Amino acid sequence: MRLGDDALVLAQRLGEWCGHAPALEEDIALTNIALDLIGQAQSYLTLAGSLDQDTPKSDDELAFLRTDKEFQNLLLLEQSNGDFGDTIARQFLFDKFALLRAEHIAQQTFDLDAAAVAAKAVKEIRYHADHSSKWILRLGDGTQESRSRIQESLNNIWKFTGEMFTADEVDIAGVASGLLPDLSTLKVQWDTNINDILEKATLVRPEDGLMQTGGRKGVHTDELGIMLAEMQVLPRTYPGASW
Amino acid sequence: MSDNKSNWPLWEVFVRSRQGLGHKHVGSLHASDAEMAIGNARDVYTRRQEGVSIWVVPADSITASSPSDSEALFDPANDKVYRHPTFYVLPDEVNHM
Repeated sequence: MRLGDDALVLAQRLGEWCGHAPALEEDIALTNIALDLIGQAQSYLTLAGSLDQDTPKSDDELAFLRTDKEFQNLLLLEQSNGDFGDTIARQFLFDKFALLRAEHIAQQTFDLDAAAVAAKAVKEIRYHADHSSKWILRLGDGTQESRSRIQESLNNIWKFTGEMFTADEVDIAGVASGLLPDLSTLKVQWDTNINDILEKATLVRPEDGLMQTGGRKGVHTDELGIMLAEMQVLPRTYPGASW
Repeated sequence: MSDNKSNWPLWEVFVRSRQGLGHKHVGSLHASDAEMAIGNARDVYTRRQEGVSIWVVPADSITASSPSDSEALFDPANDKVYRHPTFYVLPDEVNHM
């Protein structure tokens, strides 16, 4: 469910860039990434929905009929897009995490269905991570203006990065079964990857301050409610509609 | 914003499909450098499984023949059938080349 929600919320946010990106090519790049994420969301949510054998739910039901309190995505992903730099900063920090996570799930054997979804996702996320890393390099090691703006984007969003590595009982159970990666081990690798790019981009890694969490437990920022209102209005107003 | 135009030059994109033997021209795009051009080409021109290999070339590097010269350049080849290998009849002894 969490994997699906992460993908779904981020996809919805990236979709908001459609028609508004700084360049045509970038518009297509961001929306392509959004489509990849929707595919992942669909796969993961379908799996999640089928786990409850008594009342199975479809991926659409899960996506469009749950309230914000029932969503378990990371707070990082529901934040407003901001400007292009803010979006790239968010993408960069998440992609590097998502890639490591997907690589783990793809090679575990506890849940072969999830492994299959993750294996496909790895190829997609590898490209997403490459795309966002390259933009970090261009913006950081760019002009005076681009560097100061991307630095600020990273600083502003840093407080949401802690949540990616905060393990709760679900993570602990996942590690025990083998399905999920150990988040503290993941963090070490993530730190190395992030620091490497930031250094090349002549950017400063923001200081670890107070980290905001709660997304995994359905405690979200105002942003999510507003986003879901727009995302869910159609299926809620016309239940059972299709085209 | 002419600054941006010179910073993001035009590139011509050639894609080879899975079944194809050669790269075909599929269009053009803007990018600030070759690496970015490949990335953009992947996003813009291979969304629908069009290809397995991409070439990008700065549009400036391409020299095209001028349409007004096409008569002089191409018409003379029209009536020179002897330039095709099939024009020649081979004697039986060497007919299996």
